[in-house]
Amino acid sequence: MSDLLDFARGPALQVSVMIFIFGVLYRLISLFLTPKNFIASPARENVKGAFGAGVGEIVRRMIPDKEYMRKEMFAFLNGWAFHIGLAITVFGLAGHIMFFKKILGFGWWNLPSNFVMLAGVITLFSLIASLAHRLTDPVLRKLSTLDDYLSGGLTVLPVATGLLATMHLGLRYETLIAIHILSVCIFLIYFPFGKLMHAFLVFVTRAKTGVEMARKGVKL
Amino acid sequence: MENNNPTPKPKDASKAVEKFLVSSASQLAPYLEACIHCGQCAHACHFYEVTQDPKYTPAYKLFPMTKAYRRSKNPLNWLGMIPTLEEDEIAEWQDLVFNGCTMCGRCTNVCPMGIDVAQIVGATRQALTAAGYYPEDLMAAAENVVQHGSPLKVSTSVLEDRLEWIADESETDIPLDKKGAEVMFTISSIELMKYPDSVGAMAKMLNAAGVNWTISTKGYESTNFGYLAGRPDIAKLGTSRLVNAAEELGVKELIIPECGHAYSVLRWNGANIMGRPLGFKVYHITEYLAKLKREGKLKFKSIETAFTYHDPCQISRRGGAADDARYLLEGFAPNFVEMKVTGNQNWCCGGGGGVQAMNKYRDMRINVFKIKAKQVEETGTNTMISACANCRLTMDESIAELKWGGKLDSLVEILADNLIED
Repeated sequence: MSDLLDFARGPALQVSVMIFIFGVLYRLISLFLTPKNFIASPARENVKGAFGAGVGEIVRRMIPDKEYMRKEMFAFLNGWAFHIGLAITVFGLAGHIMFFKKILGFGWWNLPSNFVMLAGVITLFSLIASLAHRLTDPVLRKLSTLDDYLSGGLTVLPVATGLLATMHLGLRYETLIAIHILSVCIFLIYFPFGKLMHAFLVFVTRAKTGVEMARKGVKL
Repeated sequence: MENNNPTPKPKDASKAVEKFLVSSASQLAPYLEACIHCGQCAHACHFYEVTQDPKYTPAYKLFPMTKAYRRSKNPLNWLGMIPTLEEDEIAEWQDLVFNGCTMCGRCTNVCPMGIDVAQIVGATRQALTAAGYYPEDLMAAAENVVQHGSPLKVSTSVLEDRLEWIADESETDIPLDKKGAEVMFTISSIELMKYPDSVGAMAKMLNAAGVNWTISTKGYESTNFGYLAGRPDIAKLGTSRLVNAAEELGVKELIIPECGHAYSVLRWNGANIMGRPLGFKVYHITEYLAKLKREGKLKFKSIETAFTYHDPCQISRRGGAADDARYLLEGFAPNFVEMKVTGNQNWCCGGGGGVQAMNKYRDMRINVFKIKAKQVEETGTNTMISACANCRLTMDESIAELKWGGKLDSLVEILADNLIED
C-alpha cells in the first residue's frame, strides 16, 4: 500500500501540479494575447482610472445588489459558505501547510484541526447542496453541461476523502491519504480545462467590465 | 445607394460559425470562457421574469458563440475538427437573441463573474444575420435606412415637411443646414412621426438657451437599426451619415434626442465604428440640457405633479448618464419619487434592442410592461416620465392594450412646458 502512497505523493502529484501550472498559465496568457478592441470613443470626463475601476469591481461583485440578493439568497449564502470553507480547509490544515512549505519554501500558522474539520464538513454539504440545486432547478438544468457536474464532482472528491482520512473512517489511514492525494491530482489536472478556471478568470472578467463601465461613467 | 452589401438571404449556419470565431478572437474571449452557469442572471431578465421559461436565461443566450469558440480551441482541431453548429440550433437562438433579448444589460449587473452578456448578444446577432437568420421586420427597418435614409422612411423631403409643420405648431424656429452653427441636433424618426411635440420641445429649449444650432438634411436620423439588426455595414452607413454631416457643418457638439440606443451607438461606439476619433462631442439630450442648466442658460418653473422616472437602459445602465436626468429634476419637480428599483438597476421597457420593431413579441412586451406598471404604482404616483422615444412607444402600446390608468410622458416635453423664457 505504501507503493500507492509513494506514487500519489511522488510522480502523480508532481505531474498534476505541472499540468495545473502550465494549463492555467496557457489559458491566462492566451487570453491576454487576444487582440485589443479598437477604442476611439472618448471616456466620460472625470471618471475614475482603470486600475481603481477594475479592482473596485472585483470587490463590489462579492456582494450582489440587494435587489438581486433577495432572489438569489441560496446561491449567495451557499457560494460564500463553500468558498470560505474550502479556503479554510485547503490553507488552514497543518498537513496541507506542510505540503505547501515543501513546494513554496515557506509555510504559515495552521488553524485548529477541529475547526478545519468543521469547515470541511460545511464545504462538503454546500457542494452537495449546490449539485442538488443544479439537478432540480429548471434554470440550472437548462444551463448545465458535463463540465458543471464534472467540476462539482471533482471538487467533492478531495473534500470527502480528506474528511474520511482525517476522521480515520473506512479504510486504512495510508490508503485514505493516497486516495485523497490522487483525487487532488485529478482535480488539478482537470482544473485548467473546465470551469474550475473561474477561480482565476473571475478577476479578469470582473475587472474588464469594471473598466468598461467606468469609462462610460456608469456607477454600479 | 451608399450600401453595397445586400442582405444575406440563403441560410448557411457555417457563416455564423465563421463570424463567431472572428468575434470571439477579441476582447469577448474572456467572457466566453468565464460563465459558470450559476443562473443568477435569470431573475435579472424581464423576459424570464414574465415567462419563467429557463430558455430566456441570459447565460443561455451565450451558448452558440461559446460553443463555436470552445470547439475552435479544441486541441484536436488540427485533425480537421472544424467547429460546427447545427441549423436547428441556430434557428433556436435566432429567436432568443433577437426577440428574446433587449440588450438592456441588467444581467451584466448581477453576474458574479461580471460577464457583459449584452455585448455577446450583439455579436451573436451579427453572426446569425451573416448566416441568413434574422427577423424579417427588423431587417426591413434596417434596410429602410439604406433605401430611404431612415427606418420609418423619413426621407429628406419628409423631414423638411415635418419640421416646418412642427416649427409652426410649436411656434419656434428649427434651423436647417445653417452654416456657422456650433451644435448639430439629430432626430429620431420615431419622435418625428409619432411624438412631434418632443421635437418641438427640444427646439424651443435650445432656442431659449441661445444655442447656435441646426439640423442637417445630410445626416439627421439618430436611430441605428443596422446595429440592432446585426448589420455592421448598415450601422456604419448610419453612423457615417451623421459624422460626415456634422464634420461638414464644422459643429463642435452633436445632440442625440430622446433615444437610448442612438446615444449608445454614437457616443460609445461611433468613433470605433468609424475607426477614428470624431471631430465633435456627442451628448444625449438629457446631458445637454443638464449642461445648459448648469451654465444658467435654462430655468424652469417648479411643478407640483408627482411623478417617477423610467431610466432608459442605454442612457443610464449602459450610458452612464443617469445622474443628469436627476439633476434636471432638482428644484423643478419637488414631488419626484424614485422607483424602488431604479437608476442603473431599473427594469427595461421590454422593447429595446429593436424588439419594439418585431411583431412576434408584442404580447411579451405587454406582459413585461406589467413589471413597470407595478413599479410605478408602488411609488404612489400615477405618472412616469422618460427620455427615450422607443421606451415611450413600447410602453404606450402596452398602456393602451392594458387600459392602464397611469400616464407616461416625455422629460423634454415636461421641461419645455415649464420653461421660463426671458
